[in-house]
Amino acid sequence: MTENKEIIRVENLRREFIVGGEKVKALRGVSFTIYQGEFVTIMGTSGSGKSTLLNILGCLDTPTSGEYRLDGVSVQTMSKNQRAVIRNRKIGFVFQNYNLLPKTTAIENVELPLLYNSSVSSHERRERAVKALEAVGLHERLYHKSNQMSGGQQQRVAIARALVNEPVMILADEATGNLDTRTSFSILTLFQELYERGRTIIFVTHNPELALYSSRNIVLRDGKIVSDTLNLSPASAREAFEALPNDND
Amino acid sequence: MKFANLLKIALKALNNNKLRCFLTMLGIIIGVASVITMLAIGQGSKNSIKAQISEMGSNMIMIHPGNMQRGGVRQSADDMQTLEVSDYEAMKSLPGVAAISPSVNSGGQLVNGNNNYPSTIYGITPDYLDIRKLKVKDGTMFSDHDIQTAAKVCILGKTVVDNLFPGGEDPVGRVVRFGKIPLTVIGVLESKGTNSMGQDQDDVVLAPYTTVMKRILAIDYIQGIFASAVDESTTDETIDQMTALLRDRHKLKESDEDDFQIRSQQELSEMMNSTSDMMTVLLACIAGISLLVGGIGIMNIMYVSVTERTREIGLRMSIGARGIDILSQFLIEAVIISVTGGVIGILIGVLASWLVNVIANWPVYIQLYSVGLSFAVCTVTGVFFGWYPAQKASNLDPIEALRYE
Ligand SMILES: Nc1ncnc2c1ncn2[C@@H]1O[C@H](COP(=O)(O)OP(=O)(O)OP(=O)(O)O)[C@@H](O)[C@H]1O
Ligand SMILES: [Mg+2]
Repeated sequence: MTENKEIIRVENLRREFIVGGEKVKALRGVSFTIYQGEFVTIMGTSGSGKSTLLNILGCLDTPTSGEYRLDGVSVQTMSKNQRAVIRNRKIGFVFQNYNLLPKTTAIENVELPLLYNSSVSSHERRERAVKALEAVGLHERLYHKSNQMSGGQQQRVAIARALVNEPVMILADEATGNLDTRTSFSILTLFQELYERGRTIIFVTHNPELALYSSRNIVLRDGKIVSDTLNLSPASAREAFEALPNDND
Repeated sequence: MKFANLLKIALKALNNNKLRCFLTMLGIIIGVASVITMLAIGQGSKNSIKAQISEMGSNMIMIHPGNMQRGGVRQSADDMQTLEVSDYEAMKSLPGVAAISPSVNSGGQLVNGNNNYPSTIYGITPDYLDIRKLKVKDGTMFSDHDIQTAAKVCILGKTVVDNLFPGGEDPVGRVVRFGKIPLTVIGVLESKGTNSMGQDQDDVVLAPYTTVMKRILAIDYIQGIFASAVDESTTDETIDQMTALLRDRHKLKESDEDDFQIRSQQELSEMMNSTSDMMTVLLACIAGISLLVGGIGIMNIMYVSVTERTREIGLRMSIGARGIDILSQFLIEAVIISVTGGVIGILIGVLASWLVNVIANWPVYIQLYSVGLSFAVCTVTGVFFGWYPAQKASNLDPIEALRYE
């Protein structure tokens, strides 16, 4: 892996929140480097700072101090608008609660990031959205509205939306947190497929089991990294998925 | 960012929130429509009062005996006997006078066979028609010769004709009685309808003033003089000339007060105008209040909806919308809502004004400025309160907006 290009480099990242006059230190100096093509899981107990870290990596939030370089560019020096463009072109973010536009069809949700990219024509936009939805196995649900789909399907739409702008990395915050085991594994399979095709993935999860399926696992505790291990032979999520009892879905 | 994309985003968002759109528009519609209607009613009645005053006569000057300003007990003008026919004749030659007529009148019962009707007979000269803007429709006006001979002739107003000749016969040439005096009807006046004070202007009988003075009232003085000035601008000058002439003729000393009273139509119209101005101000206040209420409605819904939509804003920003994109989207939405609401409001305001005119029979007049003003106020309010909270929301970090509750 190490011969690959550096995608993310954070150094001594800190993030503090002021709650009722008191400082809450969510991140207390986190440093690591992530290379192109890695599948990183981030684990840790509730409140350990996983989401805070991922939000900063996704340019949704700004650190209190520390250095963050994304694809060789320092994020701190960027303006709000430049960060918006970064989110639009380089990052695909998947939320635990999907964050789809309500009353809006799958295809329109997936097209949305491309609507904010003026270099994509409307024809190309549609084509890419259809392709992204096909990639997540939703080619039959293009015109279903968000509230007409199951949680797993909505999460797939959210993943398709994260894929559609061909980002350099995909960030997922407990993308399987709201889903049953079977659906979780099918989503995980999807991420593994993306990983096999060379995408960089950062996957925040509660579930320690999932470390088996990633290529690298970072564990946080109280805003600090307590372990950072490589997994040279990730297990196949597809096999795990197929081994599950086929009771529902 | 392509405008077409933004338009598409805004239209979809509007389509997803039809009820909210409608409620916002409602505020604008009510504001615009009520302002237009109120001001149309105000201006309409003002215009109609103006028209009615000018219809009363042309640059009319009225002279009555006595002086209302005299201290002590106010006497009825009819009881004063200070005006004479010779005063009228002397005034005829004043340069500023276009037409002049003495006036004597008497109430009484008009009889035609079995039909009778109480009315008022006015003794005047043919000039009176020009002064009061009257026209003889059927038959002819009496002549100067009729005045000299105190001829027993009369001209009837439409109301009198309707009451004395209910069968619809032609009254011209027929003889009616006023009290005991038989009068031959030689003409019928064109109808003028009721005036703004609700008086029936067709309830009149006209006859030579000599006839009324000698044969009906048996008096040798006149009750008033009606004149019209050559031009509106010279009315005051003419009044001064008349005053000087009358004071001279009545041999009043410097210290004496006038024993007559001269009023002009201008004065009357100024008085009426100030009344209708007050009404317009009142209506404008009501309109202003409804505009304010509408504006606050727009403000509220716009503000609440943007606050409600902070999560949506966060979501859009998280996938790469810039602040300017969010702002443009909300601005486009606000403009579409406000302009559509404004246009609908104008249509409803015009329709309501028309209905008021048709159903309640009130005069209305829609002024362009009221349309422009109300439309501008409502759309500016709508756009501002669509823009301002969106501006605030788009300044947040995406994650803050997403967490917003
Ligand atoms: N917006 C905020 N304002 C104040 N404190 C916050 C905020 N966001 C996070 N925190 C605090 O920062 C710490 C880390 O929160 P974070 O959401 O990153 O935890 P997490 O590891 O994602 O937990 P979970 O597994 O429950 O999602 C917590 O103590 C939390 O209270
Ligand atoms: Mg979390």
